[in-house]
Amino acid sequence: MKNLINTLHKKILVLDGAMGTMIQRHKLEEVDFRNESLKDHDKSLKGNNDLLSITRPDIIKEIHAQYFEAGADIAETNTFSSTTIAQADYGLEDLVYELNYQSAKIAKEVADDFTKKEPEKPRFVAGSMGPTNRTASLSPDVNDPGFRAITFEELRVAYKQQAEALIDGGVDMLLVETVFDTLNAKAALFAIEDVKDEKGIDIPVMVSGTITDASGRTLSGQTTEAFLISISHMDLLSVGLNCALGAAQLRPYLKILSDKSDFFVSAHPNAGLPNEFGQYDETPEMMADQIKEFLEGGLVNIIGGCCGTTPEHIAKISSLAARYQPRLIKSQQSTVDGLAVN
Amino acid sequence: MSRSTAYQSTVDGQPMTQVMKPLVLSGLEPLIVTEHTNFVNVGERTNVTGSKRFARLIAEDKYDEALEVALDQVRGGAQILDVNMDEGMLDGKKAIVKFLHLIASEPEIARIPIMIDSSKWEIIEAGLQCVQGKGVVNSISLKEGEQEFIDHAKKVKRYGAAVIVMAFDEKGQADSYERRIEICERSYRILVDVVKFPPQDIIFDPNIFPVATGIEEHNNNALDFFQATKWIKENLPGAKVSGGVSNVSFSFRGNNVVREAMHSAFLYHGIQAGMDMGIVNAGMIEVYDEIPKDLLEHVEDVLLNRRDDATERMLAFAENVKGGGKKKVEDLGWREATVEDRLSHALVKGIVDFIEEDTEEARAKYNSPLQVIEGPLMDGMNVVGDLFGSGKMFLPQVVKSARVMKKSVAYLTPYLEKEKASGNTKGKILLATVKGDVHDIGKNIVGVVMACNNFDIEDMGVMVPADKILDRADEIGADIIGLSGLITPSLDEMVNVAEEMNRRKMKTPLLIGGATTSRIHTAVKISPKYDQAVIHVLDASKSVGVSTNLLSDRSTEFSKQIKSEYEVLAADHASRTETKSYISYDQAKANPAPIDWSQSPILEPNKEGITVFNNYDLSEIRKYIDWTPFFSTWMLKGKYPAIFENPTVGEEAKKLFSEAQEMLDEIIENRSLQANGVVGLFKVCRKGDDVVIVDNDKQFHFLRQQGKKAPGVPNLSLVDFINAEKEDYMGGFAVTAGVGLEKLVERYKAEHDDYKEIMAKALADRLAEAFAELMHEKIRKELWGYAANEKWSNEDLIKEKYKGIRPAPGYPACPDHTEKKTLFELLEVEKNTGITLTESYAMYPTAAVSGFYFSHPESKYFGLGKISKDQVEDYAKRKQMSEGEVEKWLSPNLNYK
Repeated sequence: MKNLINTLHKKILVLDGAMGTMIQRHKLEEVDFRNESLKDHDKSLKGNNDLLSITRPDIIKEIHAQYFEAGADIAETNTFSSTTIAQADYGLEDLVYELNYQSAKIAKEVADDFTKKEPEKPRFVAGSMGPTNRTASLSPDVNDPGFRAITFEELRVAYKQQAEALIDGGVDMLLVETVFDTLNAKAALFAIEDVKDEKGIDIPVMVSGTITDASGRTLSGQTTEAFLISISHMDLLSVGLNCALGAAQLRPYLKILSDKSDFFVSAHPNAGLPNEFGQYDETPEMMADQIKEFLEGGLVNIIGGCCGTTPEHIAKISSLAARYQPRLIKSQQSTVDGLAVN
Repeated sequence: MSRSTAYQSTVDGQPMTQVMKPLVLSGLEPLIVTEHTNFVNVGERTNVTGSKRFARLIAEDKYDEALEVALDQVRGGAQILDVNMDEGMLDGKKAIVKFLHLIASEPEIARIPIMIDSSKWEIIEAGLQCVQGKGVVNSISLKEGEQEFIDHAKKVKRYGAAVIVMAFDEKGQADSYERRIEICERSYRILVDVVKFPPQDIIFDPNIFPVATGIEEHNNNALDFFQATKWIKENLPGAKVSGGVSNVSFSFRGNNVVREAMHSAFLYHGIQAGMDMGIVNAGMIEVYDEIPKDLLEHVEDVLLNRRDDATERMLAFAENVKGGGKKKVEDLGWREATVEDRLSHALVKGIVDFIEEDTEEARAKYNSPLQVIEGPLMDGMNVVGDLFGSGKMFLPQVVKSARVMKKSVAYLTPYLEKEKASGNTKGKILLATVKGDVHDIGKNIVGVVMACNNFDIEDMGVMVPADKILDRADEIGADIIGLSGLITPSLDEMVNVAEEMNRRKMKTPLLIGGATTSRIHTAVKISPKYDQAVIHVLDASKSVGVSTNLLSDRSTEFSKQIKSEYEVLAADHASRTETKSYISYDQAKANPAPIDWSQSPILEPNKEGITVFNNYDLSEIRKYIDWTPFFSTWMLKGKYPAIFENPTVGEEAKKLFSEAQEMLDEIIENRSLQANGVVGLFKVCRKGDDVVIVDNDKQFHFLRQQGKKAPGVPNLSLVDFINAEKEDYMGGFAVTAGVGLEKLVERYKAEHDDYKEIMAKALADRLAEAFAELMHEKIRKELWGYAANEKWSNEDLIKEKYKGIRPAPGYPACPDHTEKKTLFELLEVEKNTGITLTESYAMYPTAAVSGFYFSHPESKYFGLGKISKDQVEDYAKRKQMSEGEVEKWLSPNLNYK
């Protein structure tokens, strides 16, 4: 962990790009999502990308390697949907521990290979913990605003299992990401604290929220600053923003985080806004141009890509990031109040 | 030391002076309490122990009204909302969860942080699990000992909330200055040293007790509180002080004048001592400066315990000032002005007292409730807006103005309804934000603007599934449905709703709005899915115009016009998107369909070479007819067989269909049409983007997409579906069902029967298409035999669910018509079927289809799009044709002039 934090003080770290976009290139079929023990599974598994860590680890490892090759310092595990809640759609709740464990393990193997080759550029693995497909703060039923499809406690239990397995699998840090409902994220953070207590360990935690649109708010309605406040009770490694917006649209909200956060700041935007047909078409060059503004403004410590980004994008971002100083963590001296304690 | 501090201390290697951070809280928005923050109002009415009305609403399960209580608190200026459900008859845990869930769906309330108020830990924990923001727990204390205190504090920290600590310990509640500071200090040390609770998140409640109770020990209650507050602020860094203010005036229940004065004076002195926040009924406070001097003197004597007889004097004085409280003589000079000026004054000053009578006067004068709103009321609100904009009014005042406005509108509403009931409403509009999306601000604006324009609006809210929207539309007989959405996936959901409307054969026009929607998306993706009007509306004002048109008597005309506008737009888009950017032909060739040939076995045909089918059984072909295009030929829009249920064209469609069947019977009976076809399967090998027939060296030339693709997306050519590494197979076909058509048509012409003439042509076309479908199936199952066991219904066939494709020269994937020449030579089409090619490569009889067969499972239809000069040059060479001639045949596909 020290290694990681020291590195973060010296340079901007690069997070990898989209997993889904890369998996799509392989044009996989149902059979790729099955192995011997899943061959008779009664539900269709195609599209359950997290499962590939078990059924086609070769593909996932190759994608991690491509991103490391492109210059990424941190790879995200292929576990965005590896909770009992998200896997329930596929009837694979029982496989959740293994999904996380294997995903962490293979990512770590690839990272270690690269670190061995280039000891001066250590590679890290962040255990990706996605938002699940339920919201604890919003009712899915418009006629019953008091209804909730998921409770805090259910989320906590699911996230705890995921965090444990990711840690067992060897991740260097956890990344609670694409937070569209802060209450879900709080449940994840609560679970992580429980795991840390029980295992008697400490592990860096990154949180990355999602500002869904130009209103500057999360899906659950919080402003960027309110989101930051709501998760700042934890000792985070970094707080950041990802998904939903491209770099250009993300900038004002990133600025808020950069101004207000005592933690390191991360960003992994999409390759632009989806076009009228839901596809991302910002080229690596276009995206790098936008990200350059983040770097010039000293807004970030960790930078990467989300939907639609590829190793080509990350290569551009990585070579760009190498030329800039990381954001300075806001000195606590500058905060208001005049009361000094030790 | 926290880790974030540890990170920092390594920055420059020297210890840093840690400076106290402010208390930060959040609802949907932040609340930051610094030393410079004045005083934080905690709304207290949503408390079953403090408000009888609220307790009754909760007991009677009237949560809607209970929510309004919360909303009133926020609008009245509460910055934090205290919620308490501690009542013996209530399931407090259930009640708080339900209420907090409901609050979460009211953005105006959820804006501010929540204070979860209970003496029961399980209720507090249940509440903490419902708030996404950083709230405040009210409260924990040392009452049950240190261990429980520590446990609870740790949990609060983990849930991410600030905490109120009561000055209460194992021995009881602190009732003196010394006990207050003793307990607060002990609590503080445990929280900061043991629990590592952030000191700025600790808020002490050092107990506000009543004064002037007649009991001597109570005389110092307020003063002790002030002094303890001062001590805490000086000695416990970061800690804040709060308290429940109304307790102090408990002895004067029923005498609001005195109570209000006491609350104000208490707050004044409390804030002086350092009190940061308090639970206060904002409606029960007098402005300190406006408390009459004599009353203030008596009140402060009591609060500050300045005289021994303070209580007696206060009680005696209170008798004289009994009253409803907060009713002062006001300057009513403004009442002399005109009704317009009075309304404006009331709005600007936020005075509700006369609003109903003034509104009534205006209504009588203007003779239309709507004109009152659009006239004097809007004028008044404009003044408010100007004052606010220039900094002369502040938000709380503006909120009051809005309240006056609402009240006036509420008074007018029954009249508005009456106007509507009397037939004045323009129509019923059903609005909804689609499934998966929660954004509704824009939609709400649309709703309001349209309602003001006298449309009858029903808004179903957010995240509404398609079937609910459509069911409701049926139920209320909506004249227009408006869909809104802000996030990208909503676009797909709107397409889904449109499809569903078509499936249900609805007639209701569909409006599309919301930030990510666009005219082009509506035209390209949504409009084609729904046979009725689908219109993108940019904003609220647009929606009024569009809706008015849709509900006018020229509605059909208007819908048609929009439909065709959109069709043009869509066609335009299809061609234009291709012009965006291009890669070189070499680059395009380097990016073919990614087919792993090692995984693709060569599919050897059962029967190689040419097979001819002459005079094929029409009654067999008939089964393969796709009837939908038949109706569209007759300008009847709708899918077969659903079209028969269509209320407008259904009857006509049925009649047409039965006459078509009659004619078909006749044709088959009399053999007046003949179906001939030829198919062939050949061993081929690839040569770049050409395919060579191994036996006779004839070549087919294919074109390749040159538009720039997203990473991982190939530049397709049909040739990609032929094995690049070894010999493979492909096929060709030409079929007609038009032999004899000319004679038939001549006959009808002679009889001047246009109807039958068109019918015969339309049927021949359908039969030819059906024959091609039938032949393709025969190829797959028998002649080539790569899908011998497939089983598809005719509907499946129409949807092209099978493996393999049969693209036709001249169509999007291979737009070069001249390739038909090679195909015809190869299959000896003319000799075998009687179909000929015109000099422009049109087939005669016209009821004919020809094309290629590809069998690879990944083969698919696509559009070539536009190509560049370099490919044209290469293609011309391959075809041994001049570039000019290639350009002539491919002119619609050139990205240059």
